[in-house]
Amino acid sequence: MPLEWIGISVLWTFLYGYIIVASIDFGAGFFSYYSYLTKKEHVVNKIIDRYLSPVWEVTNVFLIFFIVGIVGFFPDTAYYYGTALLIPGGIALILLTIRGSFYAFANYGGRDSKFFLFLYGMTGLFIPAALSTGLTISEGGFIVKNGEKIEFLGGALFRSPYSWTVVFLAIVSILYISASFLTYYANKAGDVPASEQLRKYSLFWSGPTILASVLVFWGLSHHNPIHFEKAWNISWVFICSFLCFLAAVYLIWKRKFLGFSFIAVMMQFAFAFFGYGYSHLPYLLYPYITLQSGLTNSTMGWALVLAFIAGLVLLIPSLVLLMWLFLFNAKYIRNEK
Amino acid sequence: MDSVFWSRMLTEETLAFHIIWAAIGVGVPIFISLAEFIGIQKKDVHYTMMAKRWTRGFVITVAVGVVTGTCIGVLLSLLWPTFMQLVGNVISLPLFLETFAFFFEAIFLGIYLYTWDRFKNPYWHWLTSIPVIIGSTLSAVFITTVNSFMNTPAGFKLDAAGKVIDIDPIGAMLNPATPSKVGHVVSSSYLISGLLLAGLAAFFILRGRQHIYYKKALKLTMVTTFILSITTILMGDISAKFLAEHQPAKLAAAEWHFETKEGAPLVLFGSLDPKTNEVKYAIEIPKALSILATNNPNGTVIGLDSIPKNLWPPLYIHYLFDTKVSIGFYLLFITAVFLILWMWKKGNPFHPIVLCGVVIAAPLSFIAMELGWVFAEAGRLPWIITGIMKVGEAATTAANVKLMYFLFSGLYLLLAIVACIVLYRLFKGKPAEAELKAFEGGIS
Repeated sequence: MPLEWIGISVLWTFLYGYIIVASIDFGAGFFSYYSYLTKKEHVVNKIIDRYLSPVWEVTNVFLIFFIVGIVGFFPDTAYYYGTALLIPGGIALILLTIRGSFYAFANYGGRDSKFFLFLYGMTGLFIPAALSTGLTISEGGFIVKNGEKIEFLGGALFRSPYSWTVVFLAIVSILYISASFLTYYANKAGDVPASEQLRKYSLFWSGPTILASVLVFWGLSHHNPIHFEKAWNISWVFICSFLCFLAAVYLIWKRKFLGFSFIAVMMQFAFAFFGYGYSHLPYLLYPYITLQSGLTNSTMGWALVLAFIAGLVLLIPSLVLLMWLFLFNAKYIRNEK
Repeated sequence: MDSVFWSRMLTEETLAFHIIWAAIGVGVPIFISLAEFIGIQKKDVHYTMMAKRWTRGFVITVAVGVVTGTCIGVLLSLLWPTFMQLVGNVISLPLFLETFAFFFEAIFLGIYLYTWDRFKNPYWHWLTSIPVIIGSTLSAVFITTVNSFMNTPAGFKLDAAGKVIDIDPIGAMLNPATPSKVGHVVSSSYLISGLLLAGLAAFFILRGRQHIYYKKALKLTMVTTFILSITTILMGDISAKFLAEHQPAKLAAAEWHFETKEGAPLVLFGSLDPKTNEVKYAIEIPKALSILATNNPNGTVIGLDSIPKNLWPPLYIHYLFDTKVSIGFYLLFITAVFLILWMWKKGNPFHPIVLCGVVIAAPLSFIAMELGWVFAEAGRLPWIITGIMKVGEAATTAANVKLMYFLFSGLYLLLAIVACIVLYRLFKGKPAEAELKAFEGGIS
């Protein structure tokens, strides 16, 4: 397999990993705050805290890994995106900082503050909105090169209907992913009221998720017809994604095999995300950077691949240990330990 | 003001703020692990309680370290895109490895925090602190190799068109500055963390807390910081010899050494006339600079006259350098005094004067770290990568950097205030005595 394909596959997989774990986290923040507003916090918040406490730090690393990795494998992206994304990137960064630190303050500082909860809920919606613009920008039209100077057309991004459909998809998706996972987690903990409540959230957000996906396709067909056509050519991938969606919703509806239903949700997003990514290629930034033009020299590339394999050998057992201790340990989830 | 100026301001501010928490993040796990280990060995709940209380404060500081680390990681690409393009080609390997080290640390910190009572054999829990130490220390090592690369770039060549060729990722990582810099950074992070914990213990004893817990904490941290202050000074000395060989401009500016000569004297303190470059009120020690730089009283030390004036680092770094070295020796002195009074049967290491000395050592050590960092960075000027790229060429061309600077300033201020309030509330009304009592009561 050529180096650039290994590189982009690794990075895309990590970004996918981030989307799943971060969605659970972002959505959990919103549900915490929402249930506080509707005076139902006693139902779901215990389950949410129980899951989030040991893993919040891990979530952030997926994102950092992606950013450092893309600069390593495709250094030109640092130059173009770095110049262009100062404002949206800076704002997303500030929100991430506030979210991460205030979560830790509330959690380890041992104080329940309504203000912290509010920040936690709101940043959970705004961060994915800000980050999703990165994908929109990669479609081209918002970064232009005038001679040597790189310009970012923020106004065009703000007025673009495509950009807003992506933001809408990002927000409803996190709520849907998060609620599906937490339904399963609460069910596993034997917490029936929480599981029921989260099941309702999950079913509620499933419809908008599909609606938003269709809207994104419609937006893409106008914004970047070439990309849309490539996606159309591999439409079977998106059909698989839709079938997984149907399976997931059916199982949640029937309250059966909730573990499988969450796997179906993950598969739904895996098909859609990798289908989107595959049809996006060869461009990393339309039309300036392609996989081949942006690639680092091969020595560094292979060094990074080796480092990545070595890293995985270390990380996978550690992650399995973490999950075994907290995520899939029935006693821990039920708060007996 | 231009983008370069505000990019520098924002980077300086972010790093100055981040390294405070990063140093604590690298160093404190050592002390937590040590205390827990002694606690299990001696079956002494005081040490176990020490490990637990330190951990409780530690997670707050780690959180700020993590989020500000994320900030600097992303800001580098946003503020210095041209620099990061070259970095991506030549020195991205350690940056990449750093994420792994941090990932590893994050996973085990989560495990460490939530498994205090889950293992029958307490050594299992203690063992989970080891990957936290390894992960945090390796993070510091990897990041420092990148900074070393900026000082003494290696592992690549530039062709006639200015394109990088012949890249050797390992060679870039293990550049000439790496050994001395890594040693100095890691050792001083441990030292600073130890002094922070020592300062807290000394502070509470001064405030009249009588419990043996505080004395045990102080003894533990004082023994370790004494050793660490020796290693930090030794590493500093190695760094000076390294500078003489590889970055003579930085050493010459730090020492106000204007003429290349044999048997060079060491200029201590003093002030400089900005127009004539005349040194006043300084203490001169004959031949001392040659000894420090070359291990030979008659060795030749390159002076600023051998370096084109437009490539001189700013000369104010002499003040930073002398202050941080003085603080370094003060730290050695105060830890030694404590140990001598402790060993000496008639001595009282808990005399209020000694305790005051320990308390002020904590903030002083943080000041020394900041000064040392500014010295290391400003001493590289005008270069961002010595000999390859100047700071002015590397900054973003984007507008609005100024706005970002003020937004981030507000953010850091908020974080600092809230973190301090949270830490204060975390321990307020929960002195170690009370917790120990509750703990022992729970056992019997």
